[in-house]
Parts: sequence; C-alpha cells; structure tokens
Amino acid sequence: MGSNIFGGKRDAWLLVLVMLVAVLVFALITSEFRLNNFAITLVSGLFQGMLLFLVASGLSLVFGLMDILNFAQGAYFMVGAYLAYDLQHATGVFNITEAVPDPNIRFIVGVIVAILVGAFLGWVLERWLLRPLYDRPLFQLVLTFGVSIIMLEGIRNIWNTTPYSWTEVFGIREAQFTLFGQDFSMYRLFVIGVGVLLIIGIALLLRRTRLGIVVRAGVEDPEMVSALGINVRVVFTLVFTLGCAVAAFGGAIAAPFLGATISLGATFLIQSIAVIVLGGLGSYEGTAVGSIIVGLALATMQQFSIQVSIPVLATITPMLLLVLVLMVRPQGLFGEAR
Amino acid sequence: MTTNTDKLLDVRDIHTFIGQFHILEGVSVSVPRGAITVLLGRNGAGKTTTLRSIMGLNQVTQGDITYMNDSLVGKSAHKIAQMGIGYVPEHRAIFKELSVRENLQIAARQKGDLENNLDFVFELFPDLKRLIDLPGGNLSGGQQQMLAIARALVPDNSLLLIDEPSEGLAPIIIQELISAIRTLAANKTVLLVEQNFRVATLLADYFVIIDDGHSVASGNMSDLHKEHELVQRYLGVA
Ligand SMILES: Nc1ncnc2c1ncn2[C@@H]1O[C@H](COP(=O)(O)OP(=O)(O)OP(=O)(O)O)[C@@H](O)[C@H]1O
Ligand SMILES: [Mg+2]
Repeated sequence: MGSNIFGGKRDAWLLVLVMLVAVLVFALITSEFRLNNFAITLVSGLFQGMLLFLVASGLSLVFGLMDILNFAQGAYFMVGAYLAYDLQHATGVFNITEAVPDPNIRFIVGVIVAILVGAFLGWVLERWLLRPLYDRPLFQLVLTFGVSIIMLEGIRNIWNTTPYSWTEVFGIREAQFTLFGQDFSMYRLFVIGVGVLLIIGIALLLRRTRLGIVVRAGVEDPEMVSALGINVRVVFTLVFTLGCAVAAFGGAIAAPFLGATISLGATFLIQSIAVIVLGGLGSYEGTAVGSIIVGLALATMQQFSIQVSIPVLATITPMLLLVLVLMVRPQGLFGEAR
Repeated sequence: MTTNTDKLLDVRDIHTFIGQFHILEGVSVSVPRGAITVLLGRNGAGKTTTLRSIMGLNQVTQGDITYMNDSLVGKSAHKIAQMGIGYVPEHRAIFKELSVRENLQIAARQKGDLENNLDFVFELFPDLKRLIDLPGGNLSGGQQQMLAIARALVPDNSLLLIDEPSEGLAPIIIQELISAIRTLAANKTVLLVEQNFRVATLLADYFVIIDDGHSVASGNMSDLHKEHELVQRYLGVA
C-alpha cells in the first residue's frame, strides 16, 4: 500500500503536534501573553479534555467493536453525576447520612454506586435491548437515542431540574495549587490526574491483556475472532458495560465541581462524537489525543469568545475542529484510510 | 474406493441462504479423517459459502453437518471452532493492527496451546520467527497466508478449513505453502478450496466439485485427470 502525504501514523502524530502548537499559540495570544491567563486556559482545557475522554472512550471502543454509536453515553454520564451528588448530600433523594455520617466517605460511596449503576444499566441496554437488533444498525441508533431520552426524563423526574452546585470533597475543592502564578482548585488537578491514569490504564488493558488483544482484533474483524473460538458477543457486552461504567464514573467525579445539570450530558455527548470522529473512528489513540486537543481548543475559545463577545464561538469549537481535521485527513487523525 | 466409514466431517445436502439469495442448493461433502479433500469449482460456485456454512458463519437452513458424531447445524461459530476446527479464510483475515505474536496468541484456546505448538509453527514457517513483533499488516501476501495457517495451528485443531491459500501468490511461495500443507496434513484433516488445478492435484487425496450451489461430483483426486469431460465441463481446464 502506498503511503500518501497524510497516510501513515507518523503523519498523524505530526498533524497532532501542529494542532497542539496552533491551539497553544492561539491560547497565548488570547491571554495577551500573560502566563497566568495562559495557565487558566491550559488547566481548564486539560480538565475538560479528561472529562471528555471519560465519555468518548466508551463511545469509541463500542463504535469500533460493534458499529454502534451509543447516543445514550451522555445520559450515563448524567446518571453518574446525579447519583454521586445525591448520595453525598443530606438533602438528596437517597439519604444515607445516618449510615455514613462522613460526607467524604459518602462521596466515595456515591462514586462506587455510580459506577455500579452505570455498569448495570449499560449491561441492560446492550444485552437486552441492542442484541436482538444486531442486524439492524439504524434501529440500534434510534434505540440508543430513545433510551437516552428515557434516562434523562427519568433523572428529571427523580431529581427535578434544579441545577446542583459544587461541593467540598476531602478538602481538595478548597485546596489550591499554583501554575504560572495563578491559583487553581486542587480538584481540577485531581480530575486531570484521574483522566491521565485512565488513559494509561485502558491503554495497558488494550496492549497487555488477552481481553485487550481480543478487543483490538474485534475492532478489525469480529467474525474472524469468533471463528477462532472466542464468544465475541460476550466481549461486546463486556466492553459496552465498561464503557457505560466509565462514563458514569466521569459524571460522578465531575459533579462536585461542575454540579449536576441535565443539559451537561447532551453537551458532552456532542463533543465526544466530534472527538471520536476527528480522532479516527475505532482508534483508541485518536480518542485520547482528540479529547485533549478538543478540551484545550474549547478552553481557548471560551476565553476568546468572551473577549470578542461572541459566546457561540466556544459552543461550535469541537465541530469546527472536526470539519478542519476531516478536510485535511478524511479518515480522522488515527483512522484507517478506507 | 476407500471405505468411507471414517469420516471426520460429513456435510449432507445442505442449503444456505445469504440474505434472500439461495446460495447453496444441496451440497454434500464427506471429509475422510487424515486426508486432504479439495473443493473444486468455478468462481461463484459456492466453495467459500460451503466452508462458511460448516464454520457456522452462514446459516444452514436444510440438510445436516456432522463432525465427530456431533451436528454443527445451528451452533455458533465460536462453539464450532472450540470443537477443534480451524478456519483459514479467503483473503487471510489477518489482524493487521496486531503483531504477528498477538495474531498467534489470540488463537490459543487453552493455556499452553501457544507454547506447545509454536515450535512446530516455526518449523513450518521459519520466516514468522523474525517477523514476530511486526504488525500483521506489514507482512507480504505470502507471509500473511503463512500467518493465517499458523494461527489455525496454535490450538489443537483436528480439522482445518483452508480457502484458496495460493491466491495471488508467486510460484515460489506457492511451492513453500504446498510443502507446509503437506507436512501439517500428516496429523490433521484438511478441507481445502483451491482454484489452481496443479496445486490441487499436488495436494489433495479426494475432490468434490461444486457447481452453481450443488455438489456435482466427487472421488479420488488421482482419478480426476481421467475424467476429461467432468473437468472440461465444471472446471474449464483441459
Ligand atoms: N453477501 C452476499 N450476498 C449475496 N450473494 C452473495 C454474497 N456472498 C456471496 N454471494 C454469492 O454466492 C455465490 C457463491 O459465492 P462463494 O464466495 O461461495 O463462491 P466461491 O466458489 O468461493 O467463488 P470464488 O472462487 O470466486 O471464491 C456467488 O454467486 C456470490 O455472488
Ligand atoms: Mg471463494
């Protein structure tokens, strides 16, 4: 196979580098070359990028493996956010303050419950609703869309629409760290750190374990995987379940900082779709790198849109970036040229 | 004639649909244990579909397939593979993003499969040894074909289904493959699809001719060259 200019992996990384430099330079310009302003963009960008990754990773693996675009992925994020938030607060629907008096421990309980419920609901969706529709991709798409609506309406019904605000967790919400003379809440660092750990952890899972090899092979050719004696449907279910659990986990750790609002799920879903397409459908590296680039670009444009008083600029940034990438490289950054 | 009592695989009058198309309309193939049987027939005759039907990748709607006294019809592909059937598909279906090592690892069904059979695999295809860390997609066509066969040798399969191994390969590589398949057939049963009549003659003990979704003739490969009319009519080779 011939390697055209933007064909190989080296070119993909080169393009990534160009984009990163461009975004960072633009960030420097919009912060008027004041490093503390630049730091705000950087930290906020990485923070958003990591949360994006938590939604996009499941979306991407599921799409690569099963050709299903799970429109409900954002709803799983919301379920996680509301559950974790609710369990931590005394005023919640599920009041566990008597059983667990310490709010910090309640946060941990909330995160664990969010992961478990996200996994369970993901399993239900894949095993009982999607599996009967394996030969009907369009039906699956509509179904995940419908499930997403049901889940969001369910959340609205249980918790009403009042946006929840941020909360303290182990004192790291109030604690500060400093970058380029600018103070930030430690909670941002916590989320960024968790994101980085997950990027590495999932990469190791995919590279080093048998399950990972099977998943990567399944992304290429699920039929051949089954012809080797592997029950590929079980792998589908497992990956789908894990993907939903990770999204719910993302919501749970985002909630103390972003609060839990019903529109957050849709926003993250749209941005994640931009991420996985510009990263290259089915590519894990593409999803990880794409999340970071989109996060940084978002933060930069948020700042810029305030300066020029055109707020919509920030909203459309992920899609603009997507269009730009697809113009240069139609298969996305790390996607296979077909 | 051999007494065909010792059949490892017996395909009896199967019908297979792909979508609404009736592709196989009565194919029977018996595969004697320990021998190489070749499916012959023109392009589009239904050879690949026959292998896929055996493997459970296409749904059989009529007829029966027995393997070691078990029916395969209605079983899913992974169950059929676990019964000891290795599939080397048309166009190889190597995992391009996986390394050669990972392509072999994924085929292991039990602990020790890879360790036990790797020596034999390298003996058969020494090239794979130095390519072990390369992505499958970087291999040449011939090397990919070797890897595809090697992959089917990692678990302890009794039956190998090999679809057009010589397709698109240079004569010298084909020669290598012929001797490899001969060697591995010493303790495996093979059902082969091969368009290259010379290669088929060199390898096979028995043949089955498929034409337009029907099996139309079968017998000993050594007798086929005498059947001028048969060969002319169904295979178009003189
Ligand atoms: N997905 C499909 N949809 C419709 N028809 C199909 C499909 N796959 C195969 N066929 C048809 O089934 C028939 C048998 O195909 P098959 O691949 O089994 O032939 P073959 O004998 O292996 O041919 P070749 O020597 O070219 O590989 C062909 O007429 C083909 O057009
Ligand atoms: Mg064929």
